Amino acid sequence: MRRSLLVALVVLPFLASCTKKNAGNEIVIGHYGSMTGSEATFGQSTDEGIRLAIDEINATGGIKGKKIKLITMDDQGKAEEAASVVTRLIEQEKVVALLGEVASSRSLAAAPIAQAKKVPMLTPSSTNPKVTEVGDFIFRACFIDPFQGTVMAKFASENLKAKKVAILRDVKSDYSVGLADFFAAKFKELGGEIVADVSYQGSDVDFKAQLTQIKSKNPDALFIPGYYTEVGLIARQARELGIKSTLMGGDGWDSPKLSEIGKEAVNGAYFSNHYSTESKEPAAIDFMNKFKAKYNKQPDGLSSVAYDATKMLIKAIEASPEIKASAIRDQLAAVKEFQGATGKITIDDKRNAVKSAVVVQVDGSNNKYVTTINP
Amino acid sequence: MEDFVQHIINGVSLGSIYALIALGYTMVYGILQLINFAHSDVYMMGAFASYYTAMFLGRDNQPGVGTLVILLVASMVACSLLGLVIERFCYRPLRKAPKLNILITAIGVSLFLEYFAQVVFGADPKVFPSVLNDTVLAEMNGVQLKSSDVTVLAVTVIMMLILNFVIYKTMLGKAMRATSTNMSVASLMGVNTDKIIAFTFIVGSSLAGVGSVLVGMKYPKIDPLMGMLIGLKAFVAAVLGGIGNIAGAVLGGLLMGVSEEMVVGYLSSTYRDAFAFGILIVILIFRPSGLLGKNSVEKV
Repeated sequence: MRRSLLVALVVLPFLASCTKKNAGNEIVIGHYGSMTGSEATFGQSTDEGIRLAIDEINATGGIKGKKIKLITMDDQGKAEEAASVVTRLIEQEKVVALLGEVASSRSLAAAPIAQAKKVPMLTPSSTNPKVTEVGDFIFRACFIDPFQGTVMAKFASENLKAKKVAILRDVKSDYSVGLADFFAAKFKELGGEIVADVSYQGSDVDFKAQLTQIKSKNPDALFIPGYYTEVGLIARQARELGIKSTLMGGDGWDSPKLSEIGKEAVNGAYFSNHYSTESKEPAAIDFMNKFKAKYNKQPDGLSSVAYDATKMLIKAIEASPEIKASAIRDQLAAVKEFQGATGKITIDDKRNAVKSAVVVQVDGSNNKYVTTINP
Repeated sequence: MEDFVQHIINGVSLGSIYALIALGYTMVYGILQLINFAHSDVYMMGAFASYYTAMFLGRDNQPGVGTLVILLVASMVACSLLGLVIERFCYRPLRKAPKLNILITAIGVSLFLEYFAQVVFGADPKVFPSVLNDTVLAEMNGVQLKSSDVTVLAVTVIMMLILNFVIYKTMLGKAMRATSTNMSVASLMGVNTDKIIAFTFIVGSSLAGVGSVLVGMKYPKIDPLMGMLIGLKAFVAAVLGGIGNIAGAVLGGLLMGVSEEMVVGYLSSTYRDAFAFGILIVILIFRPSGLLGKNSVEKV
């Protein structure tokens, strides 16, 4: 009895892992993202954006008579998990294209797999330049960190008139380190001074020591290119220590949790983002209305780039002569002047999106539009 | 200089929290010679218990002493119940088994609690309710002393004093010390050792509960894996001070907190954990029984 149980235990996982056969009238697209974990709102917002776009195309009959089926898998916000779910999406679910991730570290873990299996991967919002450098099957629908860093450096020196800026970066995150470097380089070029450049590690909760160090340098602004959970805590502790500098960051701040954790400490802070809910573009207004009708809430920046990325992918699949990974790749590479909710997107020869960025100001749970900066 | 003083204040406040959790490790070790790896997850459960209590009572945004007391009680009750259950169903059946079995069980319980919490509460971080209005008590040359720092230190010291009183001044404490010295002889003398061990788990776990509310107050982000690193550091603190020694746990916690802040403040945050565990290695080489621990000869 015991032995047969044991055998069953060993055999079951293998049985369960048998490849599923796809029905011929479906196009399967995979999405991997942090549906749970410390950046859970990233994956959830992205998934909402993707589903909105897919429901729209399926309502009009799909592509060439085939409906699109989305399979979302949770990587729990861990790079190693991202690699394994992507392998599963490709090997077992037989997806023709992949959407994901938000965090660059996780996109970087998954990209080599997609590249090796020759499945096009389109990341909606990983901004680290290294992601698309992995290979010719990796694309993105958002701007890259050198641009985002430039935007915030310009904003700090021209709009905020800041002379001295301190940087607090997450050394564990490719996104944060890259963005901090690009910001620092541009800010120095513009004549500013980086008075302190200190680091923390994602999932830390105590930042007082770093902030005490920063406080003594008395900077005009503090640039924190991190993710919202840590940023919320950093902002609180900075204000507790009596740091009055303006806080600035990147698109990693874009989450309703930011103000939940940071409370009034994050009010008045600026960050660069993919889009603003106060945008007057017809495509953006159209997207916002659809999103509100479906989910009954305001979309954040990540939902909007995810929506655009999915639309781009759908367009590429439509334009492909046959529904095959390599054909879709070629069509993705050819995207030009695509009008999305987050602006006009053109894929350049490095498979990056050329598009504008907005700077928004945190005001409670809303983000007020400040300015748009073009590439 | 101002920096230095501020680092000390921050470090003492962080160290007090390590100390509270270290007390739980040290008590259980003192009695059972068991490193209770599940302790850090009991602490995490305490944070969630007080979080949901606050939500349920609608006290998630009413900072005040009342809220602090309610949350402390909720967390302590939840933690001691959990500690009791773990002791009764996971450790007691193994009391006669080799030490290694119970140690591995402790790791199993720890993993179970971590992943159980991820399933039940979700893996995304929750925002802990505001417990106390943080006010600046004193400010000199830009150095701030906050009410939260003082509260944390005060609670830790009070808990340590109560614990010392219970252990050295009451019959219950005498029985605990007897059980710790020699369990079989203590039971021959009429001490109900099972009860004493259960009591130790209740006390240790409720201290973790206190720690979780204080951490939630200072760093209002709680998630199912929040206990891992802080538990490890508190364990190091307990070993540093001499595991099994109450004052040693507090001393170890404070030392860890201050040295960590100094490392981050003057070197780099990259070395924060490396330094914490580096201390452990050095102490184990030169004083294997910790700073305040007594050298004991292993009886064979």
